[in-house]
Parts: sequence; structure tokens; C-alpha cells
Amino acid sequence: MATETTTNWQSMPDENGHFGPYGGIFVSETLMEALHELRLAYEKYIKDPDFLAEIDADLQHYVGRPSPVYHAERWSRQLGGAQIFLKREDLNHTGAHKVNNTIGQALLAKRMGKTRIIAETGAGQHGVATATVAARLGLECVVYMGEVDVARQEANVYRMKLLGAKVVPVSSGSKTLKDALNEAMRDWVTNVDNTFYIIGTVAGPHPYPAMVRDFQAVIGREARQQMLDMTGRLPDALVACVGGGSNAIGLFYPFLNDESVAIYGIEAAGDGLDTGHHAAPLCAGKPGVLHGNRTYLIEDDNGQIIETHSISAGLDYPGVGPEHAWLKDMKRAKYDAVNDKEALQAFHDLTRIEGIIPALETSHALAYVTKLAPTMRTDQSILVNLSGRGDKDMHTVAATEGINL
Amino acid sequence: MSRIKGCFERLKSEGRKALIPYITAGDPDQAVTLPMMHRLVESGADIIELGIPFSDPMADGPVIQRAAERALEKGTSLHNVLEMVKRFRETDRETPVVLMGYLNPVEVMGYATFAREAAEAGVDGVLTVDLPPEEGSEMHDVLLANNIDPIFLLAPTSTVERIRKICNASSGYVYYVSLKGITGAGHLDLDSVASKLGEIRKQTDLPVGVGFGIKDAETASRMGKLADAVIVGSAIVTRIEENAEQPEAAIESVGNFVAELRRGLDA
Repeated sequence: MATETTTNWQSMPDENGHFGPYGGIFVSETLMEALHELRLAYEKYIKDPDFLAEIDADLQHYVGRPSPVYHAERWSRQLGGAQIFLKREDLNHTGAHKVNNTIGQALLAKRMGKTRIIAETGAGQHGVATATVAARLGLECVVYMGEVDVARQEANVYRMKLLGAKVVPVSSGSKTLKDALNEAMRDWVTNVDNTFYIIGTVAGPHPYPAMVRDFQAVIGREARQQMLDMTGRLPDALVACVGGGSNAIGLFYPFLNDESVAIYGIEAAGDGLDTGHHAAPLCAGKPGVLHGNRTYLIEDDNGQIIETHSISAGLDYPGVGPEHAWLKDMKRAKYDAVNDKEALQAFHDLTRIEGIIPALETSHALAYVTKLAPTMRTDQSILVNLSGRGDKDMHTVAATEGINL
Repeated sequence: MSRIKGCFERLKSEGRKALIPYITAGDPDQAVTLPMMHRLVESGADIIELGIPFSDPMADGPVIQRAAERALEKGTSLHNVLEMVKRFRETDRETPVVLMGYLNPVEVMGYATFAREAAEAGVDGVLTVDLPPEEGSEMHDVLLANNIDPIFLLAPTSTVERIRKICNASSGYVYYVSLKGITGAGHLDLDSVASKLGEIRKQTDLPVGVGFGIKDAETASRMGKLADAVIVGSAIVTRIEENAEQPEAAIESVGNFVAELRRGLDA
């Protein structure tokens, strides 16, 4: 092992998709060829100037990139510590970071000659982002979504239908994101000839964790330059929420070799880590194999995956991207968790203090900022990934106040 | 000689094909599995594939997933499954038993512990659906060291190169998934199965079993003309599901169905 100062944190995964002991390809033989085909296409096009220019043009003209970095001065003052900067992924078309990845994968699907797109979704943000690009490219789109999530994210379900996608409610297992992922994999196995599976996070079998990261890394690349332009230096800390971990790795990755930058990934503690009702595999789980990769999981003593709990559907997942598992073990990033209550408080704080309504997922990162900022000096800075906007969460938040919208 | 190898050699000398039924251990409850296994053998099963229930059976269809859910509701763990095999072996020393499941429960137990306890219980083969040879050498080495055959799936999409690699890692038999899809899916295209089996046989002398999509005696019979073994899962598990509240009726229904498959295969 190289000493820490010479570690190239951007060298993972290895050629077999491993991030140290994590990642890899743990799937049925029925999917191996499809993954091989995807990997070859991905490796070819990610170096193809035409393809990259096509993505860049879409990110600029369709998504609205670069997204701004905003100095939340009022909130920073109130917290009385570090200056807080928000990377405004909530201002992207469709309202979250998810579209960065769906554009990349959909354009790849087109290059591969696939005519049908499938996706899994939890909160519905990835489903909407997928349905959006499918509509624009004229591709058939099927989105799998757990029945529980369909019920708690009605507006996004309707959005996807408006965009022409077929939303398939999944009634197996815990009826949430993990089961939607199982069902999407089954669809892919069956329709592998014409179908491209757009995974929404940095999990799944190789090459997905690396590919999704590379499509999301635009967040960190932009933000790194924006911070240099605005403050003349790099931020002292990065904070992002972690479900599967795509917005987090998108922000973190371009900063990994900047060793002066502390990195914090924040999981959902749900009712509290000690209650068992949470979605925090890095903080309270152990390594195992699920959904095609080895990573930290929330599982019982017999290796069965346990139902997770979070007020935010987008963090309600029992696994996490393998690169996060590796960064945790290597101590390059620190992972912590905040509970539903803390996230809700931060949701209200940012809304009232800065006039920005964040997604409940994002609110977990913000809640951690309220703890971290006061421990830092006022001349230090924290860059937070404001990964999504809270429009989709109105009814969930209203319900916590006994209001039925 | 391993039980699996011995089984195929005996069948070959008799000019017969192997019938391999699949059931999920603990479905619909743990008490049913042992009498069910014996009934499978009485009805003409040559090898039993016993499923280890898993919460997220990604490669299986809804029928097998529901079986896993029923088994898990009754608290069936990998330890319980091994105990069932052990009890089966108390009275049946001939019929090979192959465990089929997903990696995570085995990973939690630990490969070495699993292999040792499986061997002691009398397990003959292990098919881990989501553990391809590339990721599995450590597990497969400890299985072989305990005289357990690692069994692998081959798919319609497997290239010649992968067929060669997988056959090299396999022992006992190889399991050809006859269609693109999940367990219990769609219709079979016998011509494409025949042509793929030709490719596989160029790479290995191991017996080749075919599964996925075999729903009745007629398809079993037609598949038996092509393959060395016919594997039937969802069609059996459906009969358990239909009788989930009456274990005796489930055993009876499955027994009759397997006997039908046997007649179809021997015809």
C-alpha cells in the first residue's frame, strides 16, 4: 500500500470493476454478456470526443449547466462558523442531479442501437429523469417502482406517465427501491437484445458504479473551479447525502486527490441507528453481496436483506455504491448519519433562511452541515451538494404537520 | 466418485435422462421439505435441487420469489437448509442434493464453514446464481476441497469463450438456461437449445442439464431428447403454492406431477 500522500484516489476501479474488496460483477450468467457489451461500449465512448461533445451540449442547453454555486451567507452567519456554499443541482432540468447520468446513459444507449430504456426508481427522481430523456430521444421507456414508493410519490408517478413512460409498480419483497431494482434486472435479462438498463446510482455490477460516477463527476468538476473562482481556494469540507451515493460521488470524485479537503457522506438514520429502522449501511451495516456488487449492506445474521427506513424515499436503500465502501475503509471520506427529525429541521431551516426548498434526501446533508459548520472557523468553507429540490416532498412534509394536501 | 457423477453414469448405462426437480427449502414451511424431498425421489427424481431462500432473488421469476418469501416468513436460514439435508441423508444415501441460491447468505456464514458443514450434511453440489467463475475462485476451491461440485449456469448469450471458461470451472454437470429470461418464463425454442447444446458439448464432457421454461411432461420429454438432464422448478413450486395451506396436498400434487414428468422423460 502506498503512503497516503501518494495514493491516487482516482485510480479505481481496477479492470475487473473492483474498488479494493468491493464492487465487482456478481450476477447470473444470463447478464454477463450484456454487461460485457455495455462495458465495451462505455470504454469506447467515454474517450470519444464526439460523444463527450454531445453530452456537454445537452448538459448545457437542455439541463442548464453549469449549475451555480451559491454562498448561503445568511445561514452561515446564523450557524456561526464556516461559510456554506451550495452546489445548486436542484436547478437542473427535472430538479435534481439525476439527469446528468440519464443523459449520459441514454446517449450511450442510442449509440449502442438500443431502442428500449428501463429504469428503477425510489423517490421517482431517477424515473422522471429517465422518462425525460427517453421522451426527448424517442425511446420506449419502462420504469419499475416499488408499490410503497408509488403511493408516497404520486406526483412523480404522474410526471413519468405524462412523459410517456410506463410505470410498473413492484409488489415483491419490501415493495421499495431494492425490489424495483430486482424487477428491472429481470426485465433486462428477458429483453436484453433491444433494452438498455439505466441504473440511477453508483451501485450494481461493473461498469455501472464507475460509469454513473463518471457521468455525475461533472458536479465536482464544475464546483471545484467555481469555488476557486469565488473564494480563491478549495473548500475545506464537502458534504453530500448518500443513499446509493451518486450525487455524493459526483461531488467527491474530482476532489479525492485534494487531500486538504475533508469529505463527509451522510446517510439516513431514519428513526435512529439504534432502533434498527434506518438506511445507513456504511454506518451500521456490514459487507456483503447484493445487486451485482460487494458493498456494505443492511442485512440480518443470516444474510437476508432487511427493510430500510427513511423519511426520504431516495435514501431508502439497503446498499451503497462500492466506491463509498472503499473510501470509508480507506478513511478518505467520513460517513455519518442523521435521522428523520434532524433532516426535517434542516429542510425547514434552509427554506426559511435562504428561500431554497431542498429535497428531503438533500436535507440529510444540510442537517449534518448544521453540526459541522459551528465547529469550523468563519474563514473556512463547506461545499454542500444541494442535490435536489423539495417540490416532490410537499405532501410528505405536510403530513408531518398533520396537513393533507 | 461423487454421487452426481455416479448418478449420471448409471443413467447413461440405462439409456435414461436425469430428472432434476427444484424446490425452495422451507416452502411453505420447514416441516414439509423433508417429506417432500423423499416424495420427489419416490416419484422419479434423480437429483434434487434445493433452493436456499434469499430476500432478493434477482434471477428468479415471481413464482420462486414468492416461495422464498414464504420460506423466509417461516424463518428458514441457511443453517436450517443444511439441517434438512442432513436429515434427508439419514435415510437416503443415494440421491444427490444440489443447493441452489445466492451468494450473500453463504458469504455471511463464511465460505469455509459453509463448505465444511455442507459436506458433513451430505450436500453434493452448489450452484450460486450470482457468483460467476471470475469472482468465485476462493469459494469454488473450498467447495472442491470438500468434495462438493461447483455447478454453473450457461445462458443463450454465453459466448464460446465463456462456455469454455465456465465448463473448466464446473464439475458434476452444467446447467443450461434454455431461454433469455427468469425462472418460470416464456416459451422454449428447441432448435436454438439444440444448437447451443452442440456448442457446449464441444467444450465439455460433463453432462448438460437444461432448465427454465419446462412446464409439463411433453416439454420435459422433448427436452430430454436433447439434454442429459431436465430441470423443473417453477412448475413444481406453483403446485406447492396452490396448496400452501395444506402440506399433505402439496406433497401429493408435486409427487403426481414429478411422476408425470418422469413418464414423459422415459417415454
